[in-house]
Amino acid sequence: MRASPTSAENLAQASAPSKGSPGATTTAHTQAQQHPIKLYLVVWGWLFVLSTCSYLVDYFGLAGYLRWTLILLFMLLKAGLIVAVFMHMAWERLALSVAILIIPPALLVFVALMAFESYYTHITRLTFFAAGG
Amino acid sequence: MTQKREDIIERPLGWRGFAADWSSDQRAFKTASWGKAMMWIFLLSDTFIFSCFLLSYMTVRMSTTAPWPNPSEVFALTIGGAPVPLLLIAIMTFVLISSSGTMAMAVNLGYRRDRLKAASLMLATAAFGATFVGMQAFEWTKLIMEGVRPWGNPWGAAQFGSSFFMITGFHGTHVTIGVIFLLALARKMLRGDFDQERRGFFTSRKGRYEIVEIMGLYWHFVDLVWVFIFALFYLW
Repeated sequence: MRASPTSAENLAQASAPSKGSPGATTTAHTQAQQHPIKLYLVVWGWLFVLSTCSYLVDYFGLAGYLRWTLILLFMLLKAGLIVAVFMHMAWERLALSVAILIIPPALLVFVALMAFESYYTHITRLTFFAAGG
Repeated sequence: MTQKREDIIERPLGWRGFAADWSSDQRAFKTASWGKAMMWIFLLSDTFIFSCFLLSYMTVRMSTTAPWPNPSEVFALTIGGAPVPLLLIAIMTFVLISSSGTMAMAVNLGYRRDRLKAASLMLATAAFGATFVGMQAFEWTKLIMEGVRPWGNPWGAAQFGSSFFMITGFHGTHVTIGVIFLLALARKMLRGDFDQERRGFFTSRKGRYEIVEIMGLYWHFVDLVWVFIFALFYLW
């Protein structure tokens, strides 16, 4: 059964439990992720392009809201490509994607809380440090 | 067994599938093995760790009254007498992205049971990772020689040093651990552990090619964290 099947067609067989081990239910549920190599190369290329773009933002010295918008845009596009294709999230069932992906955006609440807090700290420092305290 | 497999194939897709999976018996993740699901959950917890670092960096940077050192100048390299901004960091970014590419292909070829190619790609990934850590060591050395410390630096806000060492240090540690695991798995793969279902010395579980994909999840996550560090610490 394990006589070196190389083609993708044998994957269903490869991920099925081996004979004589009926207890191996974990592998019975598992789906082997199989996509053309070209897809990975295309994503790789895009990650290079996007990284170059974000580097150029700094190289050309863009500033202010334009800089921050571009940095965040390239960052999110890269993160999306890595999670969706390299980490295979695009092909997982929604049950897993939701469990993992819904939580990180909740951190934005934390970001907002800390932004308010540091704004307040900054004001306080400006007020009292200036007074020589 | 076949009954169960058909049952999986017939499960509804999309949000109906989400509701059906989560309200079903025994397991919510129908197509992800426990190993893959647990790696995802570990990565989620790791997300919180790095989020806390980046959040504290944001907090100290926003609240300090001293000027923040300009990362574009701090991390510039002098090439032919002219400073090129952020050059080393850009190269490190490309090295890490390349390592992610080779890792993704290693996972793919592993599932095709192309032992030799998959293992070589994993070794290439490990080499890229080691290069990255080496460049980071160079960067740390350069900054320390220029007088950057966790409690101060010559250019401005003292919190720059503590944020820098904490964030890049933890990330570098993750890369190092990843390199060690990659080397261990490449050795196992070359030895044929995953073809013969040889049991692991520590877990006693059967060797299987899925472990390469699980390792890949960790490695891509390390790359993912760098995407955020690059944007929020180096470019901001």
